[in-house]
Amino acid sequence: MDGYTSSELVSIFAMQGFAGISLFSVLLLMALGLAIIFGQMGVINMAHGEFMAVGAYTTYFMATLTETYFPAFMPYYFVLAIVVAFFVSGLLGYLAEFALIRHLYKRPLDTLLATWGLSLIMQQSFRSLFGAREVSPTLPEWLLGSYQPTEMIDIPLNGMFVLGLTTIVTLGVYYLMFKSRWGLRVRATTQNRVMSDAVGINTKKVDRYTFALGCGIAGIAGAAFTTIASTGPTTGTLYIVDTFMVVVFGGAASLFGTIASAFSIAQAQSILEFFISGSMAKVYTLLALVLILMFKPEGLFASKVRR
Amino acid sequence: MRKTSTSRLPSIMRRRFVKGLMALPAAILLSNMSLSVSAAEVNTTGLAVTDDTVTVGILHSLTGTMAISETGAQEAEKLAIKQINDMGGILGRQIEIIQEDGASDWPTFAEKSKKLLVKDKVAAVFGAWTSASRKAVLPVFEKENGLLYYPTFYEGLEQSKNVIYTGQEATQQILDGLNWVAKEKEAKTFYLIGSDYIWPRTSMKIARKHIENVLGGKVVGEEYKPLGNTQFGSVINKIRLKKPDVIYAAVVGGSNVAWFKQLKAAGITSKKQTLLTISVTEDEVLGIGGENLEGFYSIMKYFQSQDNENNKAFVKAFKEMWGEDSVIGDVTQAAYLGPWLWKAAVERAGSFDVDKVVAESEKGDIELTTAPEGYVKLHKNHHLWSKARVGQWKKDGQATVVYTSELIEPDPFPAGYQ
Repeated sequence: MDGYTSSELVSIFAMQGFAGISLFSVLLLMALGLAIIFGQMGVINMAHGEFMAVGAYTTYFMATLTETYFPAFMPYYFVLAIVVAFFVSGLLGYLAEFALIRHLYKRPLDTLLATWGLSLIMQQSFRSLFGAREVSPTLPEWLLGSYQPTEMIDIPLNGMFVLGLTTIVTLGVYYLMFKSRWGLRVRATTQNRVMSDAVGINTKKVDRYTFALGCGIAGIAGAAFTTIASTGPTTGTLYIVDTFMVVVFGGAASLFGTIASAFSIAQAQSILEFFISGSMAKVYTLLALVLILMFKPEGLFASKVRR
Repeated sequence: MRKTSTSRLPSIMRRRFVKGLMALPAAILLSNMSLSVSAAEVNTTGLAVTDDTVTVGILHSLTGTMAISETGAQEAEKLAIKQINDMGGILGRQIEIIQEDGASDWPTFAEKSKKLLVKDKVAAVFGAWTSASRKAVLPVFEKENGLLYYPTFYEGLEQSKNVIYTGQEATQQILDGLNWVAKEKEAKTFYLIGSDYIWPRTSMKIARKHIENVLGGKVVGEEYKPLGNTQFGSVINKIRLKKPDVIYAAVVGGSNVAWFKQLKAAGITSKKQTLLTISVTEDEVLGIGGENLEGFYSIMKYFQSQDNENNKAFVKAFKEMWGEDSVIGDVTQAAYLGPWLWKAAVERAGSFDVDKVVAESEKGDIELTTAPEGYVKLHKNHHLWSKARVGQWKKDGQATVVYTSELIEPDPFPAGYQ
């Protein structure tokens, strides 16, 4: 790195650091919903990416609606869109659990096939409803551009926004799972379903709401990603691989594991990307992942569940 | 002498008059000939041609990832076929369409092209979009001796007897754009970035040779990201560190949107940075959003905003058929040329036989004066002579054409660039 002034190097270092943190927040937000569903229920939800797309399309729909009918509301609609995205995806998740997933709890591998089928159905529905072309909602001004603390440093505003949102969602999930009565019931069901039934927990209801919560969080992630990329019928498939990678690497049932895994993958990838060209950076990251999983097949933080 | 000449005059007149009378029914006969020629005469190889119809195939992805890009192409092909039918068809036959879905899956493309050629016996196929799908169907077309009109700008290095390439090959798109930016923006240093597959890599290879050997410039970075990648933070920081005069981009698909959104979010806008891309048309801008592209440049052969009578009529007809909101990108226009080029070749051959149509096409003098992009001519190497154009994007998603080249000869196997 010859020929650069020290102030240039410092600012690149700062921006590169933020690029890593930004990727971390994206990965974490994607993985949270799946971690809940996979970790607590053992359901491999292949349609997770499509629930994210539902969130993204909801945001697009809200943006179009606001632009047409309440243009004055444009600066604020995005916050509302996130909330709506959560409930729309959550409701769809609730229905999917009721109609499909609950019949397959005894056959975990079949849930994989069934949710994959569901994802294909959802993709085609997006195509029929919104068309094959990719869409982008019009974003409010405050989400565009960058924050410049100094002349040399540009911190992307959308990245900061996703980081903030991820923090809020993670804290929310932590509170729900570990501090609330509902979380207690979820964890009890995970540890011993029969016993939980016996002490009067409605485990069926717990399952349904857990699945809906996971899908709802996917919806939030989808809404947030409209600030980064566009939305098309097959957008979900772009995210699903990274999402599974984070969850599996972190250890299925552990919230902390998911956070740690998202952080290490994101940092490894963004540092490698800076020094070697794009495709190879991904190759090395995945190779390292495979190696670690060979020695620790349960992931970074294995759950201590009695089975 | 004088006497004989005066006496001859009326006889000449009379002869001319008689000749004219005799010619009249012949002319009527000629104009109707296309209707009266039997199917057996215009089709000796068992294609799906009857006395009043001819069947062609359209093979694009209607589902899957590529549906986004291929929708426009198949819409343009249908428009051209409808217009040809309204004019009376080809050799007096109305064109009928069998449409198949390639489903963004290359083996499916091969399978469907086989079905179109073997079972449906179509006289020509308009289709394929990605290089991967073209490579997949190529052996089928060569084995079954079919005829494919391929609309996309692509990396070159190919020339099949059974394919007519209506988009531009790499040199037609790349060289003039680089010349323009070197001259106009006094660019010396270039940063190349593309998606990781054959088309961007071949294009960048040609671009690098041209920058280094012809323009005397320097490539300060070359980078390929996986298809579908949505994270460009690290690359953008690298670009910032290298401070290139020009970013030269060939990022495709969903990645494209993330790439431009993140450039804007990182504060890299056209005010500070020149960016020239070979992968953004009006279609992509729909997804990217004009505000994220404002001021950047694309090099293509066609822009919807082109100001000529052909294009005005084309845009109007396209919007009437496919809706007021539809936009027309480079490939959509190239796809529109396919049926017209086929019509011209068939009419000159007086036959639908693939060999005869190809032979006419290979004479290298089939012209289209009605092309929306302006005048085009089919070269004997199966590619089109066309002009390169640089467009500067505006907030509304349309481009202003700031440079138009001379007509460029297609050269799919450029010497010194491989």
